[in-house]
Amino acid sequence: MTIYLPIAELPVNIFTLLALGIAVGFISGMFGVGGGFLMTPLLIFLGVAPAVAVASVSTHMAASSLSGTLNYLRRRLVDVQLGCVLLVGGLTGTLTGVITFMLLRRFGQLDLFIAISYIALLGTIGTLMVIESLRALLRNWRGEPARIRRPGAHPWFLRMPFKMRFRQSRIYVSIIPVLAIGFAIGFLGALMGIGGGFLLVPALIYLLRVPTLTSVATSLMLTLVTMAAAIVMHAVLNQTVDAVLGLVLMVGGTIGAQFGARAGQAMKAENLRLLLGLLVLGVGLRVAIDQIRQPADLYAVTLDEANR
Amino acid sequence: MRPAHLIALLGLLALGLAPAAAQNETAERQGLVLSLSKARVTITSSFSGDSIVLFGVVPEDVVDAPDVVVSVRGPNQSFITWKKERRFGLWTNVESRSFLAAPSYLAVLSNRPPAEMADAETLRQEQAGFTNNRLLQRVGTDYADVVPGDPFRQAFLRVKQSQGLYFERTDAVEFIAPHVFRTVIPIPGTAPIGVYEVQVKLFAKGERVASGRLALEVAKIDFEQSVATAAQDHALLYGLATMLGALAVGFVANVVFRRD
Repeated sequence: MTIYLPIAELPVNIFTLLALGIAVGFISGMFGVGGGFLMTPLLIFLGVAPAVAVASVSTHMAASSLSGTLNYLRRRLVDVQLGCVLLVGGLTGTLTGVITFMLLRRFGQLDLFIAISYIALLGTIGTLMVIESLRALLRNWRGEPARIRRPGAHPWFLRMPFKMRFRQSRIYVSIIPVLAIGFAIGFLGALMGIGGGFLLVPALIYLLRVPTLTSVATSLMLTLVTMAAAIVMHAVLNQTVDAVLGLVLMVGGTIGAQFGARAGQAMKAENLRLLLGLLVLGVGLRVAIDQIRQPADLYAVTLDEANR
Repeated sequence: MRPAHLIALLGLLALGLAPAAAQNETAERQGLVLSLSKARVTITSSFSGDSIVLFGVVPEDVVDAPDVVVSVRGPNQSFITWKKERRFGLWTNVESRSFLAAPSYLAVLSNRPPAEMADAETLRQEQAGFTNNRLLQRVGTDYADVVPGDPFRQAFLRVKQSQGLYFERTDAVEFIAPHVFRTVIPIPGTAPIGVYEVQVKLFAKGERVASGRLALEVAKIDFEQSVATAAQDHALLYGLATMLGALAVGFVANVVFRRD
């Protein structure tokens, strides 16, 4: 059964869209990532224009992240205080990112820059996560006790001034690195068209030493706020939000996210980290292969947005 | 037309003062009759493409079964054609050409390859044939179309064809009677919205003998129309409504699936 998307202006199979929503929703609920870095390329593959894909995916991400956030809120796993500090840095970063985006587009090398950022970021983070979680699994398997966090063993950046206690996350750290992480996520998110959850979760776990589940829950809350703002911004500035496309993705996505969140809680933290690491690494490799392999047609045609 | 005008016009014709007007007038008076099975393609939520049948009746003073070229052009849009090259091991866009006014949809339907109908110059002037359509490019500071062999131009046509928006069918026009022809215009699901121009040109002995044009509209109606209009005219309201809708779906899903 096909359905015509009024803003994207093309017919798609409704079941394909639903399946896509459920699959990506499952992943986003499980790992606390928005899923934009998976959903956007898949929609573009279906023929949706990139601008419409990016804008419409934000509706899906808002819906599934609210659903997930409520689950974690009930389990008291969301660190609202940490989320708010991250958000302050994040919104500043988004603004800087949007301006950089415009400048890069003027030089005509935005696509290449995005591809290289994807390969570098996803490759590095994915590899680090896989190595770390494999080590943790190996330790468990050998029956060695997990390393205990010792007070005072914080790296230098957590010992900077303006310390704040985040009770929920059980950390007492300087807010400078927290703001910096928020800024970096917002900046890269705006530049690469992603929610940034897959960057934020590892950053919270490894840099700030926030417990895995609290990281996932807080990241979901951050995604919720940024995506809700993104819907309105895209609707006003670009008029590229396809409500019909968003609705179908949302329905699939929220159902998927419920099961994903449960699957995530039932799983051991090390396994969860290993899986997310593999996923991130996989997407990074995919982008790298696309850039290295010779394309079928050396020419491509795009709409000229400036001369419309 | 009132008789006085007609006489005046005939006088002008006799004097040979208005050859251009004369040509138009004869083309009209020859009366190529065209008819579409539907003048308006309406897009509803179940739209996934359509086929429009075009009928044409050849004027009486034209030979039986002349050559027919039907060109259907969607509203013009600006495109950029990029060429990729390997740089530092990565395939990147290195060169580009701007196509400033190219049809967003193009179908060229004929009874046989247009190249066999007339000489290349005539066909180019008449824009008859798939590669003979004018594609205005920006070349440096100039605006012009380039030679048909230009790799960017060829690539543009090839990519548009593979996207399913450009069609070239050299056996799509058939004569169902010596003076009556018929063809099917394919409208894909991804067809851009707007008014399309259907242009029909008849050739005999290497020359154009008649021509005619019709408009074909592709439009969204009902729900599709109202969503598109809302997104455009009430952008902020539409955005807020979509956001609240998204949050509502998320909330409902959470409540429905709640276990405790």
